[in-house]
This record gives sequence, C-alpha cells and structure tokens, in this order.
Amino acid sequence: MRSRSDRAVNEEVRERQRRKRYRTIAENLAPFVITAFILIAWQVLVPWARISRLILPTPSEILTTMYLKRALLISDTGVTILEVLYGFVSAVVIGIPLALGIFYSPMFGKSIYPILVALQTVPKVALAPILVMWFGFGILPKIAISFLIAVFPIVIATVVGLMSLERDMVYLVRSMGANELQTFIKIRLPAALPSIFGGLKVAIGLSIVGAVIGEYIAAEGGLGYRQLTANLQFDSALNFAALMVIAGCGMITFAAVETIERLVVRRR
Amino acid sequence: MTQNQANNTTQQARMEPAASGATKTVKSVSIELIDVHKTYETSEGTDVHALEGVNVEIPAGQFVSIVGPSGCGKSTLLMMMSGLIPLTSGAIRLDGEPVSRPHPRMGVVFQRDLLLDWRRILDNVLLPIEIKRWGRASYVDKAKGLLAQVGLAGYESRYPDELSGGMRQRAAICRALVQSPGLLMMDEPFGALDALTREQMNTDLQRLWVTLSNTVVFITHSIDEAVFLSDRVLVMSARPGRIQLDLEIKLPRPRTATVRSDPAFIAYVERIRSYFESAGILTKD
Repeated sequence: MRSRSDRAVNEEVRERQRRKRYRTIAENLAPFVITAFILIAWQVLVPWARISRLILPTPSEILTTMYLKRALLISDTGVTILEVLYGFVSAVVIGIPLALGIFYSPMFGKSIYPILVALQTVPKVALAPILVMWFGFGILPKIAISFLIAVFPIVIATVVGLMSLERDMVYLVRSMGANELQTFIKIRLPAALPSIFGGLKVAIGLSIVGAVIGEYIAAEGGLGYRQLTANLQFDSALNFAALMVIAGCGMITFAAVETIERLVVRRR
Repeated sequence: MTQNQANNTTQQARMEPAASGATKTVKSVSIELIDVHKTYETSEGTDVHALEGVNVEIPAGQFVSIVGPSGCGKSTLLMMMSGLIPLTSGAIRLDGEPVSRPHPRMGVVFQRDLLLDWRRILDNVLLPIEIKRWGRASYVDKAKGLLAQVGLAGYESRYPDELSGGMRQRAAICRALVQSPGLLMMDEPFGALDALTREQMNTDLQRLWVTLSNTVVFITHSIDEAVFLSDRVLVMSARPGRIQLDLEIKLPRPRTATVRSDPAFIAYVERIRSYFESAGILTKD
C-alpha cells in the first residue's frame, strides 16, 4: 500500500523533472528556430516578390559573399574590433574614476555633470568630422567617437550604483571600525556592481555604433568602411555581409561582458 | 521534564563568572551618559530638540532596554553611544573614556538584518573579523558555533535570500557576537518580525545572553519585550526625549516564556504602561 503510493510520488517527481528538462531544451532552441524561420522566409520571399538583388540580396547570397570575401571581412573585423576595444576600455578606464569623483566630491560632480550632459546631447555623428580633422583618417578618431558614445552610460550607471548603498549599511560597517576604503571595497563597490554591469552592457553595444559611425565619415578599413565602399560599388551582398558581421561582433562582445558579469556578480 | 531541568542547571552554571570562559573572557563595558543633548537642524534650517538632558549610568554587564514612543530619540541615543553620530552637548563615556569613534569591542544589531546578499551566511557573520583584520581563519569555528547556537547549523554556505526574516536576523545577531563584544547595541532588532517569531527570538536571545553576560543596550517599542529581556528598563518621554522612568527588573534568570504570566512580570508591564497612559502616549480604553 505504502510502496505503491511512494511509487506514484516518484513517478510524479520524474514526470515533473522531465517536463522541466523539455522546457529548458525548448528555451535554448527557440532563438535558433526563430532565426532559421526568418532566414528561410527571407530566402523564399525575395525571389517570389521579385525584389531586386540590389535592394535586398537573399541570405544565401550574403553567406556566399561572406565566404568568398572572408579574407577582406576578417581584416575589416580586426580593424573595427580593435577600435571598439580601445574605445570601450578607455570609456571604462576613464568613466569609472569619473563616476567615483562625481560620487565622492559633490563639488566635482556639480561642475562636471552639465558638461557630461551637454556632451551626451550632442549627436556623435556631428563630432565625427571635427575628430577626423584633428586625428586624421586612422584609427584614432574612431576610438574617440566610440569612447565618447560609450562613456556616458558607464558614468551614469556607476554613480547610480554607488548611491544605491543604504545609509544603514554604512553605519553597520562603521560600527565594526571600517574606514572609507574598507567601506568602499567591502560594501559600496559590491553593491554597485549590478548597476555598473548594466551600464557596461549598454556601453559595449554603443561603442560598436561609435566605431562604425567613425568609419562612415572617413576610413581606410573596417566593417563600416567596407559597407561604404560596397554601397558605392552597388555590391549589396557585400554591404549586407559586412552588416551581418557587425551584428555578430555586437553579440559576441555583449556575451563577453555578460560572462564577466556572471563571474563577478552573484545572480539572485 | 528532566531534560529541561538539566538545561536549567547548565545555564545556571554559566551564569557564574568563572564559567563564562566558554566565550573567552569578555570584559563588559560600562556606559555613562552625562547631560546628553541632541539637536538636529532640519532642511528648512529650524532646530529640532531630539534629546534633552539624558543622564544614565549603566554598569558593566547590565542588560538595559530603552522603551519610548516613536521619534523620542531612543535610536539617536543608541547611535551616539555607538560613536556613529556626534552629540550636540554633554558627554558619553564608555569605561570612562569619552566616545569619539565606534568602540572596538562593540557589536550592533539594527532593525533590518543588513546582511550582504552577495556573501554566504558564514561570510556575513565573519565580516567584522575581516574589517578588524583579526584573522578570519581563527574565527570560523566560533562563527559556526554561534550559528549552531541560534539554530542555523547547516546554513553556513547559504545566501541570505534563501533564509526567512527570523533566520536572517539570527545570522545578524551572530555577526554582532562573533567578536565577543563587551558591548552589544540592539536597535529594535525584532521590530520587523512577526509576533510569533519575535516571541521566540526573545526567548532565544535571553537564553543566549545568559551565557554571554556582556553589556546590552536594547531599543524597543514593546513594553513586554523590554521587561522580559532586561535587568533594567529606561522609559523615555516623547520628543524632546528624556528618561522618565528607571525601573529595575528583578525577575530571576534564565527566564522562560512562562515568566510572562508571573504577577511580578505583569506588575512591571503595568507600571510602564501607566506611565505611557499618564503621559498621553497610550489611552486607557
């Protein structure tokens, strides 16, 4: 009697686990299924609707172009990624100390904030010609635009994160004899990390945008530059291929930031 | 029944000063408040007198509760004794020394547990040791022992968000006790808990304290809680806060939940209640 009911309970638990496993598999598979569906629809609908290949090439054409011009695209990717990394890293290296300054010195914060907001309001494309004039056609103006566009969300997210610590928490560690540095290391920084990573995730995408915009203005290489030349040569397939690679770069760099976040911040 | 009696005798034994070696020889801290005033400046620039002329002498090893209505400045008083906020005038002396910063042998428990959610329970309990740089490794056993004493054995490597409110506050108490404080400050530690958990926490704290015998300043709204836990209850008036009643609680320890129906216990509660009634803080009907 009892063993039978135990078996029934076991069966139910197994069933629940099975359902959970299916759900996990389905959740992981869903994005691939959706992407495949869109690509197939795209592939089929373009010839069916008689859309010119100049306006919209099919996925197969784009993939073929990606394969045929892989050497070109790889070297372009190298250029763009380098600009993005320099831009993003400099935004972190300058943005976080700037945020610390704003947080710890109200005077500094009050004086720097309007400048930051003004900078944020100016469209970065509007700065691009000036930066090209200053830094030439090389990698430097792209890094500058990438930096300028990425630094703002990092500063804001870090300041918000640093302010998120409650007053009682500060009293708690003070009661244990903590000094300012210990308060920062033991509680203020860890409490700010989720917010900081939120800012970093916005910033990494924006730093790609900045680099590509820079390449549109004036460049000698890079994925944005490749798009521009493909456009002039009416090579839509190459244009789209470069676009795909840009999107891929965005996904990979975003995933990299997310991975670091997972290692540093405990998930709730 | 026999088990209960055995329990009682061990607790009785721990009350002897010689037996307090289980928690190392902790030197309890005495407190002196001399004409303490606290005036706040509001954002509009007007002054608010939070405390006016508080004079108290707390001998080392006493469990003192401060009861008073909301906003009477009792938390402010505790913060000043803790060296966390400055006083406007007067003096506070711990062991004869004027307070200038948090006492190195002090543990504080706040109304909210303030556990760090990115640290495991054990790491939360060891936080004061890390901050004081006393060498974490030599306190791990002590921390585990304290957690076991409050019924949290097995929860050492859990995260705070996996624990209930009562369990979290128990962990916070362990965090305050891990350094064997000579002075324990508790600012409405059970105020955020439900009535049942609160009563249990009172019983547990009372039992735990009998083994510690350090000085405790306990802030509460609850008359019942104050009488149950304390050697002495200080009753404060509404703002500006002053000590209006200084009542010694002569109930034998260890106290169990049944002490609440003891006529002496009821008399103490009535005494404090009648002050609040006469002051218009409580109405009679």
